[in-house]
Amino acid sequence: MKRIVGIVLVGLGLASFLLARATLSITGAGATFPYPMYSKWFDEYHKKNPSLEINYQSIGSGGGIKQITEGTVDFGASDGPMTDEQLKTYQDKHGFGILHFPTVLGAVVPTYNIPGVTASLNFTPEALAGIYLGKVTKWNDPLITSVNPGVNLPADDIIVVHRAESSGTTYVWTDFLSKVSEEWKTKVGKSTAVKWPVGLGGQGNEGVTGTVKNTPDAIGYVELIYAESNKIPYGNVKNAAGVFVKASLAGVTAAAAGAAKAMPDDFRVSITNAPGKDAYPISSFTWLLIPSKISDSAKRDAIKGFVSWMLADGQNYAEALSYARLPKEVVAKEKQALTNIQ
Amino acid sequence: MATTSTTVPSAGPLAGSRSLLSRLRDGDEIARLITFLFAASVVLITVMLVYELWQGSALARHRFGLSFLRNSVWDPVFDQFGALPFIYGTVVTSAVALLIAVPLGIGAAIFLAELAPLRLSDTLEFFIDLLAAVPSVIYGLLGIFIIVPLMRQVVQPQLKRFLGFLLLFRGPAFGLGFLTAGVVLAIMIIPYIISVSREILLSVPRDQREAALALGSTRWESTWKVVVPFARTGIIGSIFLALARALGETMAVTMVIGNTPIISSSLLSPGDSIASVIASQFKEATGELYTQSLILLGLVLFLLTFILNGLARVMIVVTSQRGSGMAHP
Repeated sequence: MKRIVGIVLVGLGLASFLLARATLSITGAGATFPYPMYSKWFDEYHKKNPSLEINYQSIGSGGGIKQITEGTVDFGASDGPMTDEQLKTYQDKHGFGILHFPTVLGAVVPTYNIPGVTASLNFTPEALAGIYLGKVTKWNDPLITSVNPGVNLPADDIIVVHRAESSGTTYVWTDFLSKVSEEWKTKVGKSTAVKWPVGLGGQGNEGVTGTVKNTPDAIGYVELIYAESNKIPYGNVKNAAGVFVKASLAGVTAAAAGAAKAMPDDFRVSITNAPGKDAYPISSFTWLLIPSKISDSAKRDAIKGFVSWMLADGQNYAEALSYARLPKEVVAKEKQALTNIQ
Repeated sequence: MATTSTTVPSAGPLAGSRSLLSRLRDGDEIARLITFLFAASVVLITVMLVYELWQGSALARHRFGLSFLRNSVWDPVFDQFGALPFIYGTVVTSAVALLIAVPLGIGAAIFLAELAPLRLSDTLEFFIDLLAAVPSVIYGLLGIFIIVPLMRQVVQPQLKRFLGFLLLFRGPAFGLGFLTAGVVLAIMIIPYIISVSREILLSVPRDQREAALALGSTRWESTWKVVVPFARTGIIGSIFLALARALGETMAVTMVIGNTPIISSSLLSPGDSIASVIASQFKEATGELYTQSLILLGLVLFLLTFILNGLARVMIVVTSQRGSGMAHP
């Protein structure tokens, strides 16, 4: 009896070993913001190609950049493009570069809680920068009231809420503020975490939302996906063309299309405050980070195969998960860039 | 560790005369070796921990040196990092927590050990142990949903109204901040203080109490003047156990402290603590200096805990001498 069990166990072990060898496993790590999208993609792609398994760990953009630089993963993912310095570090270490591939787009929206105000508020970039710099301190400041006629705004202090931890959301938000305010750019700057001039820190999208919801006269910023799925009221933001736009997936794609004409070859582009009258100004790409040279040919083909599928069929899954799809121009350009992976 | 390694060889007078082989066969030597390795691993882990923190923060240590402890700016964009606001926040929240938890905890322990009927005491002890085992994120949620609104709407406005002349209670009532974090920490550490102190009080010999009662003291006098001083060492130990937990608490604090690295004399102000900032920023930290500064903060927290534990030891030694002097005059 014992012997039979032993033989069966050895057989099972061998079989699983052979099966494991038959599947190719690719690992990636990085951004948390596109994680729901990526896990859906990897799952769908695995159904189509059972021999390929892609594992993704959403450890954060910083972690993604770190891991791909150290070569511990096959690809990275980030909500902010790698800096020139980071690219140089990679180049020096490996002898070849890293390529950015935009996958989907997201947006960040201002959310607020003012007792008695139910209307959707308009925000100019100057007002948002002023509020977050601590210069606009009352809700009835002329910068806010002048673009919100008919809304009775209280003379109360604005309570500013921001993300406590470093995050891609903060990167997009501060990138936008840096573009529209010279003072923000020199005093605070853009990063996944900054030295906030004013305000309280909330932990994650839920922390910011919770604090805004519970604190009268508070303002905060959250990802569009999060605001949509949790039915949180959010304001309209004036874009570069001077139009107040309410964030929507179409508005985000419009922002990307506006920026697509000037898209650099390495795709490291910020699309905040993008031109175009439909463009929502606080939008951003999220990127896959793929080495330009992959010596394992099986892995190389698998990664290239996945990216071309993601650019075509994969994009159709985006809207169902509240991500904005890539504009056609960007897709065409990325397909071309894919040939640079050797 | 020392006791494990010395008790086994001195097991009996025969031990020296038996051959190594026979001792190996009996398992004495093997048991000694294995238990020694287990004990040594504790030291090894501590050493490795310090080494890793030290190595991992080399760049930040060279750049900032000791000014890291004095500097109060934390700016990842311009690569300026200082630990002072976080050290301040850690110490202040822990102090507030102890201020609330120590009287409550010891009071409850005295009731449970001395005054309550045994059955009630045991039942309550079950609940207290249960509280001690609740994960800290649950306390954080309790903080966000119950304590923060309560603080903002009731407690903080009243504090401002009646005690606003003190520097401690000024500024807007956000609900989040040092005071709230301290209160949540207090709730978390009270079970530790009660549980350990109760055990200590129960272990005070019966004749101590009886002697006091026989001398004509009331029940309370015997408790307060004889039993509690006798148990003082253990009670202080329980307080430091609680303090250690408060210092290192991460999740519950980060959810209610407001996560803003500022030093303010007002307890209503938002702040940040060492454990909280490491937890919230390490994950997405980009740049060598930024990550290394967070690791250096870890080292600072380690040292802070180390120093406070050292103080605890000194205090226990001092009071146990005094305590025993009182108990056995």
